[in-house]
Amino acid sequence: MRINGQVYNLGLDNRTSLLDALRDHVGLTGTKKGCDHGQCGACTVLIDGKRVLSCLSFAVMNEGREVTTVEGLASADDSLHPMQQAFIDNDAFQCGYCTPGQIMSAIGCISEGHAGSEDDIREYMSGNLCRCAAYPNIVAAILQARDEMRRA
Amino acid sequence: MRPFVFERPTNISAAVALVSSFADGRAPTQADVQFIAGGTNLADYMKLGVARPRRLVDLNDLSEPALRQIRISDGTIRFGALVRMGEAADRGDVKRHCPLLAESLKFAASAQIRNMASLAGNVLQRTRCEYFRETSWPCNKRVPGSGCAAMEGLNRQHAVLGTSDACIATYHGDFAQALIALDAVVDVEGRHGTRQIRFAKLHQLPGDTPDVETDLAADEVITAINVPFSEWSRRSRYLKIRDRESYAFALASAAVALDMDGDTVRQARIALGGVATVPWRARLAEEALVGKRLDQSAAETAADAAFAEAKPRRHNEFKVPLGKRTLVRALIETRDMKV
Repeated sequence: MRINGQVYNLGLDNRTSLLDALRDHVGLTGTKKGCDHGQCGACTVLIDGKRVLSCLSFAVMNEGREVTTVEGLASADDSLHPMQQAFIDNDAFQCGYCTPGQIMSAIGCISEGHAGSEDDIREYMSGNLCRCAAYPNIVAAILQARDEMRRA
Repeated sequence: MRPFVFERPTNISAAVALVSSFADGRAPTQADVQFIAGGTNLADYMKLGVARPRRLVDLNDLSEPALRQIRISDGTIRFGALVRMGEAADRGDVKRHCPLLAESLKFAASAQIRNMASLAGNVLQRTRCEYFRETSWPCNKRVPGSGCAAMEGLNRQHAVLGTSDACIATYHGDFAQALIALDAVVDVEGRHGTRQIRFAKLHQLPGDTPDVETDLAADEVITAINVPFSEWSRRSRYLKIRDRESYAFALASAAVALDMDGDTVRQARIALGGVATVPWRARLAEEALVGKRLDQSAAETAADAAFAEAKPRRHNEFKVPLGKRTLVRALIETRDMKV
């Protein structure tokens, strides 16, 4: 599969989740394991541009697909993606564990066209839990990044 | 997790042939070979040891284009089985013709899960009964004949309609309530060819065999879901009441579509979620409304009829009044829709 634009040839047990493949076999530990059962959103990545839960997908099912993780967002010159910068600008996290999943999900939320209002953002981001409850700042960050991504 | 062989057929006949050669006559839920599409339900249950297939047949590379299409013609919406929930929820024409369908999808799960889960897989999702999920408990659905820990256990989430002495596990799906209300029909393909099943006949009451959940054989795969609609199905909605406002299963929900002549009900379609063991059409409530002026009192009479046979247990008694109020509110809000 392609991960962040790079081709990886992996020999994996069929039981390996995409999440474990990314973290333990490719060494991309930005994607986080929270519940490992599809209830928290910490493991959110993009597959072929759509946000999905990497814990509920077997790696083998993603053969030939394009996976984007939080490590794939910054440009080659290390400048941050507008969503990453917006999370920093708006103090949209405390412990930071849910943040990579929040950022990936937020990018999906905007590209799906579901970030029109604060209510929409809250509804369409409900699959990403933040136990520090940084929710108001996460919504603010998404609004900022949405406008910047539209301008870009 | 038990090791499994992974197969990736490229057309429906090949998928059916693969499954047929390994199906052993047991119910699909117990078979050693399983189809997988989104995987949001099955992968979770494989991790928990609830599902233990020896072979997975991945449907995502099937080449038939109709499996991924939504087609609207002649009063029918045809959803290909592999269409994802999120795509169907966002379709403007689905929203316009049948708001009920789009809402039942929009308020289900989370955006990530809706991007993954196929429509056919969604209707076949298995219960989240806590005792079904945890393999150290007895569960007649998971291990036939082992007993039911929910009967005297923490059964707050459990069903009050369609229960049996063997099982009170809730069917949690939302889309299925819209489908049963609108009299959908599923297209199925198996080793003996194709057939159609009325959605109302797809799921089976738990009875003495709660492990048998549907009318499908282990070699059969759903290829499409057909939903008839008419002018009046624009007046329809899905009301879902939960412990939190989003990303939770229904404690009670109501799928309602109304054919109105002014204030009077010509025909009503009602299904109830979160309260029953299977997708639940409330026909007695529908009959109570036909020919009546739909006001608060008529709605309450219909809701009483819907729950007349309810059998609550220790922790889920609240679902009867909650379910009734949910239906009353859904009926009044649907009546008041501007269409």
